[in-house]
Amino acid sequence: MSLILLVEQALNGLQLGVMLFLMAAGLTLIFGVMGLINLAHGSLYMVGAFAAAAVAGLTGSFLLALVASLAAAALAGVIVEITVIRRLYDRDHLDQVLATFALILIFSEGTRWLYGSVPLYLDRPEWLSGTVTLPLGIEYSAYRLALIGAGLAVAAGLFWMIARTRLGIQIRAGENDREMIGALGVNISGLYTLVFALGSALAGLAGALIGAIQSVQVGMGEPVLILAFVVIVIGGIGSIKGALVGAILVGMTDTLGRVLLPQAFALFMDASSATTAGSALASMAIYLLMAGVLLFRPKGLFGGATA
Amino acid sequence: MRRERVLNAALLLGLLAIPLWAWIVDEPFTITLVTRAVILAIAGIGLNVALGLGGLVSLGHAAFFGLGGYAMGILAYHAQTYTPLIEMPLLIEGTKSMPVIWLVAIAVSALAALAIGALSLRTTGVYFIMITLAFGQMFYYFAISWPAYGGEDGLSIYVRNGVAGLNTMDPLTFFAICYALLLLVLFIVSRLAASPFGLMLGAARQNPARVEAVGQAPYRLYLTAFVISGAITGLAGALFADLNRFVSPVMLSWQTSGEIMVFVILGGVGRVFGPVAGAALFIALEHWLGGLSDYWHIYLGAILLGVVLFARGGIYGLIAGREVAHD
Repeated sequence: MSLILLVEQALNGLQLGVMLFLMAAGLTLIFGVMGLINLAHGSLYMVGAFAAAAVAGLTGSFLLALVASLAAAALAGVIVEITVIRRLYDRDHLDQVLATFALILIFSEGTRWLYGSVPLYLDRPEWLSGTVTLPLGIEYSAYRLALIGAGLAVAAGLFWMIARTRLGIQIRAGENDREMIGALGVNISGLYTLVFALGSALAGLAGALIGAIQSVQVGMGEPVLILAFVVIVIGGIGSIKGALVGAILVGMTDTLGRVLLPQAFALFMDASSATTAGSALASMAIYLLMAGVLLFRPKGLFGGATA
Repeated sequence: MRRERVLNAALLLGLLAIPLWAWIVDEPFTITLVTRAVILAIAGIGLNVALGLGGLVSLGHAAFFGLGGYAMGILAYHAQTYTPLIEMPLLIEGTKSMPVIWLVAIAVSALAALAIGALSLRTTGVYFIMITLAFGQMFYYFAISWPAYGGEDGLSIYVRNGVAGLNTMDPLTFFAICYALLLLVLFIVSRLAASPFGLMLGAARQNPARVEAVGQAPYRLYLTAFVISGAITGLAGALFADLNRFVSPVMLSWQTSGEIMVFVILGGVGRVFGPVAGAALFIALEHWLGGLSDYWHIYLGAILLGVVLFARGGIYGLIAGREVAHD
């Protein structure tokens, strides 16, 4: 096992982590402020990816595609919030789960109806298609490196917004006491729509950015959604900091587990059964991580304030 | 109350009458369709023990459904290939006997429910939903990446397993077996709901603090309910795999969890017979809407959304009134 490969895989893990953060941040904000569990968050990720693929196909511009993914996901988020989600804030979690499950069915089948079941491809931009030489002579994909940079930049922007801006103050106040900020004259339903649109836009952006590495297809959102749930459970619901730490932990564990576990098993097994056992265990690694966190911190690493 | 009883009886009679009629006019496909509804109803009844009686919103019941399915698949696979399941430390052979398979499915899924429940029930609310969903997904990915039993392709069984020398490949015979099990499960669960345990569980759902104050541990009530719930859903999984003579990771996927929950909701949460009505309606919708359009999930989604937003209580809520039965 060479150091170069290890660094490369660690970077891949970081890249998965920051992308998961974009999903988890929206979910955790929406839960923190509105108390809503949104299963359809993965659908907004898919909407972003499809919008990006469609616009990139028409214009050939990757940046325009990213703008389209943000706009389309935010717009879809606003429409869904106003028509459906708004009615769910006062309901129990079961109703929220079911209604958003129904939204997944509608979004997925609607997209299949529009675009068919064949995956679309979103090309990464020309100027990011090569590799970059890092210190130690490591060749690494420029696009993945840009993903890490973009994800970290969005994370920094989000932290700044929550800590420093008026909207951020309202979000934090909303997490503490929803009724009070309404009584103080904040337009609650406007704030809710805005937070939902923000979370949707982040999901859509993640969808577009990942769509250029993987294929863009119906059902792409739900595996990521479930990973984001694992992230939130580990980090603590409602905590943006927890989402970031959890996302990077999950990204690293998953990526490095897939590389290291088969090699670790190979130390005391023959090669083929080591690969089998190692990759089977690696596919469960993040869930075992989650179970471990739950044993010691049932509210997650940074949870506790809001439950 | 009386309306609910009438609806219960009508459902059970309907589920019996349709296959008999289909047998007379020789439409085996309809019998299989109703058998599917009966098996999915058992899965829903299982989930309803946790969801309706205990208020535990589990989005991971596909794990138990799939484990039941794989219990059947793995045992029957070893029996049909004449290879032992385990040689060390003791020899365990595969089997084609349904009752043995059912017991194994129940035991395996109860054990899994014990492990998942013991961890997940340390939390409540949204955490519980996300964690059960995540653990369910863990089994799904494990089944995909473990190649010994077909991995992503699943496992096919050539001949349906047997019980008491019956010809289970005959649709009506297999339907009768499933229907008998449905009656048995309904009987057990309705007794359970009316038992001291069931009442205490209902109390724990409504007010855990009070239950604790009278000296009962809500955690243990929840965990017991979760294990029973998983075991019943596991039995349904074994039957479902036997119906299709096929088991694949799809049975373990989160969509399956969602669909099982949909049966419970369409029928009416917390009513013992609710999932029976829900599963029957689901199969009917799947059949009719699936015939109308390839994209029938859009309509299903719209119907589900309508039920959640405007008709809480499902079919039973609409017909038998909102009040949940207290018998």
